[in-house]
Amino acid sequence: MKTKIMGLPHRRMVAEPKRVSYYIGILCGLFFFATHGDAQQLKVDIGQDSVLPINLSEVIVISSFKETLEHNGHTKPLSTLDEYLEASQKVNMIKRGAYAWEPVLNDMSSERLSITIDGMRIFGACTDKMDPITSYVDVSNLSEAHVCSGQQGAEHGCTIGGSIDLKVEKSNFRPTDWVGSLEMGGESGNNAQIIGGELNYSDERFYVDTDIIYRNAENYTAGGGVEVPFSQFEKYNLSTNAGYSFGDDRKLSASFIFDEARDVGYPALPMDVSLAQAFIGSVSWLQKGFLGGFTDWETKLYANKVTHIMDDSQRPDVPIRMDMPGWSDTFGYFSQAKWKNEKHQVLLKLDGYYNLSLAEMTMYPNDPYERTMFMLTWPDVRTLNNGFYAEDVIKIKESSVKLSTRLAVQNFNIADEFGLNSLRIFYPEMARRQTRFLRSVSAQYHTNLKAVHFNGGLSYGDRAPSVTEGFGFYLFNSFDNHDYIGDPDLKNEKSLEGNAKISLEKERFSIGLEGNYFRMADYILGEIDPALSVMTIGADGVKIYRNLENADLYNVSLDTEYKILKELKWSGVVSYHRGTDQDGRNLPFISPFAYSSNLQYVHMTFSGSLAMRGAGRQVNFNPDFGEDETDAYTVFSLSLGKQFKFGSDDLYVKLGVENLFDAYYSTYSDWKNIPRMGRNFFMTVSYAIN
Amino acid sequence: MKTIKLSLAALILSVTFTSCTKDNDDPIVVEENPLADYNMLTTLKANSHSLEVYSDQDQFTIGYNELFIRIKDEAADSYVSDADISWMPVMHMTEMMHSCPKSEVSKTENVSVYKGYSIFQMPGNADEYWELTFDYTIDGQAYNATERIEVTAPVDGKKKVNSFMGSDDTRYILAMMPMDPEVKVNDFSAVLFKMEDMMTFPIVEDYKVTIDPRMPGMGNHSSPNNEDLNYDAASKAYKGKLSLTMTGYWKINLKLMNADDEVLKGETVSEENESSSLFFEIEF
Ligand SMILES: [Cu+2]
Ligand SMILES: [Cu+2]
Repeated sequence: MKTKIMGLPHRRMVAEPKRVSYYIGILCGLFFFATHGDAQQLKVDIGQDSVLPINLSEVIVISSFKETLEHNGHTKPLSTLDEYLEASQKVNMIKRGAYAWEPVLNDMSSERLSITIDGMRIFGACTDKMDPITSYVDVSNLSEAHVCSGQQGAEHGCTIGGSIDLKVEKSNFRPTDWVGSLEMGGESGNNAQIIGGELNYSDERFYVDTDIIYRNAENYTAGGGVEVPFSQFEKYNLSTNAGYSFGDDRKLSASFIFDEARDVGYPALPMDVSLAQAFIGSVSWLQKGFLGGFTDWETKLYANKVTHIMDDSQRPDVPIRMDMPGWSDTFGYFSQAKWKNEKHQVLLKLDGYYNLSLAEMTMYPNDPYERTMFMLTWPDVRTLNNGFYAEDVIKIKESSVKLSTRLAVQNFNIADEFGLNSLRIFYPEMARRQTRFLRSVSAQYHTNLKAVHFNGGLSYGDRAPSVTEGFGFYLFNSFDNHDYIGDPDLKNEKSLEGNAKISLEKERFSIGLEGNYFRMADYILGEIDPALSVMTIGADGVKIYRNLENADLYNVSLDTEYKILKELKWSGVVSYHRGTDQDGRNLPFISPFAYSSNLQYVHMTFSGSLAMRGAGRQVNFNPDFGEDETDAYTVFSLSLGKQFKFGSDDLYVKLGVENLFDAYYSTYSDWKNIPRMGRNFFMTVSYAIN
Repeated sequence: MKTIKLSLAALILSVTFTSCTKDNDDPIVVEENPLADYNMLTTLKANSHSLEVYSDQDQFTIGYNELFIRIKDEAADSYVSDADISWMPVMHMTEMMHSCPKSEVSKTENVSVYKGYSIFQMPGNADEYWELTFDYTIDGQAYNATERIEVTAPVDGKKKVNSFMGSDDTRYILAMMPMDPEVKVNDFSAVLFKMEDMMTFPIVEDYKVTIDPRMPGMGNHSSPNNEDLNYDAASKAYKGKLSLTMTGYWKINLKLMNADDEVLKGETVSEENESSSLFFEIEF
């Protein structure tokens, strides 16, 4: 299996037209085997709470300014959160433009993932997935992203594919006093300008952090100088968080994020976004001691409000003008406590959220005397989810076992009469309310024999349909050119999952082979209903969400890291993914064979990196879902960084170039094959006042 | 959607009520006019009686007009119950005269209120006009009253009635019954008459009207789960279901079939043929 995978891209590469880059690719390949761009230095292998490394999780360190100085190996400090996630090993991103990419984990996206900000549930307000949660935060206010695969991600909510928890950066009572910084960046590929700053005060009793970031980008240019129209965006993000300590380890903290993007183009979609806005707030109480032997009691109350205004006013010709605003409000809480002795580490958690999702569509007829056409695409769906989560990490000699479970009750209520009546056109007997029971159980085992580590696990989990899958009304998917209609009677999607990782960890060298397999029953996917008439002008048909009998997904990856010298490190990853249904039909959005390699040099205040990343030809695609065979590609990037001291202040400058050979390419996850950015020079300057 | 029967039941129970169709929050005093919530379209004064004609609409329009009638005895200053009423709308055209399809005038639960419907095929104009004649009997005494009325085209200009020659060389009149369209599966009904002569329009039973709602402004898309109109002997109307998936302008393409399933009028809508020659229009 391994050799087969490795052989593949090289053969393909030679066949490709863009010779130069591929020969260099082969050279690099020979030297570096296979590779992952920026992943490795971002990856820090620490188990949460320094527990045994039992979770097959990945922590992506996000470059805030302080971190930039600490981890001056970051390839591109002011890149978007999306770029950080994409550079990780496990996360892929679906792109509909330059902004708001949609994270994919184990070949599964939004509705199969639990994406949270400090454990808070937030749901996008766009019916077309133009606003994943990750688009409402920015690197300025995050410290890291915890990525957990499969049911190991069940801590923050029901999931199938896994979880991404974005950790907000906090001074957290560190005695740093006043700290301020200013950073600026620019990119040539889309004339991007980024400016950000932070001002923090922190002592043992009190801290307050504030930061702001502003990004502005014009249309980007793909390889070969091709401008991609409607790929501009503008966004800013403000955040503040504060904490007060009552001594003896009782702490109150609050955090608030405001994020707003305007004039965001989505070149791969027929519509753009004039406004995407989120208010995200929380208050939490943390106390070291709790009832009985329990400790670390943390309770958080949170609320967030997302507004998404989608329109096509900037597009020159559309068959019909339309506005599609959406709103998603969520209120939630969680309360958790820990307990431990020599053998056990227990976490108990209660959580819940209440979400309101409403979206409308207004179409303006070309005949000005006709009335506007209106429908509710999300009928004010009220989702109430209450859950209980428990885990126990049990130590057995050199090994450990982690057992975890989540039980949840989820209610749906269609609050809007108009929306309920709309859906009853399809489902005359449909009830206004429904209740579902969700469960997850997981067992994970870790052992090591000297330098050889083994991780393995088995788990089961299920999920309720998303608002779109259950209650969406004529939602147009431009990828497969079909209108989609939800089905309130869908069964819960279930997943039986196995994973294993074997790794060898030496002082200068490590290698790990990791794989997981998801056997899913009642996999939810849109299927064509030939009896239905399309709503969207030019659409090919109507799909209704259905439960497939079953689906199989598996992901295999091999990663290696080698410290050639003290200052020089090489790392690489290759991965293979496959997804099919009961009839052997390919599932959509499954990554082809992919690889990346990164060579990194860090010496004193200087750092440099050379990275390569690519994918083989997408052999397993599904034209029924609008996919075609995406060609293989390989791209290279370079970066150099240097830190200067001015008294107690620091200045950090980073220069780099991405897509060095200006390749024109797109990946399997680029919506409608929109090309990626061509050669892109970037520079960031950070200045910290201590 | 309006249910006249329900409204009437409410009327008769008449304490205070709110019509299903009007947002009239003014309290209505008991013993007030049970038709106060409707519009009085005309009053025919004759024989010391006033015949008041009410409707949900504010004027006589082409298409289906549901009408309520009360007879006021001017001398006794009270409303007459138990009258027998028949009526005859006649259009005086420059060349000829003709009537239109209409129902009998029947009694309602409220003894002083009578009702019926009339389907005007065309509006009047400067030289051509409609005249409404009532023949009525009170306590064995026969009376009649005639008045010129103004019939107009509907304000929204939408087609609610079709008068056409079928492929069987019979002239038919197909009228949509009033409804309040909503985004949902709507109850949808129509009445069908044939023209026997200029003055006689009997109801046609047991035919069928297929429906195909389309939005011409949006790629002529259709909607799912419609039910064709089938004859309902109880209401003497054709009843079916109309799904409207969004607000806006809908063209309801129709085909009229006889009892042998032969198409008398209308064509199937397809890529090539955007609409049927037989249709109704709805805009909301
Ligand atoms: Cu959107
Ligand atoms: Cu439409």
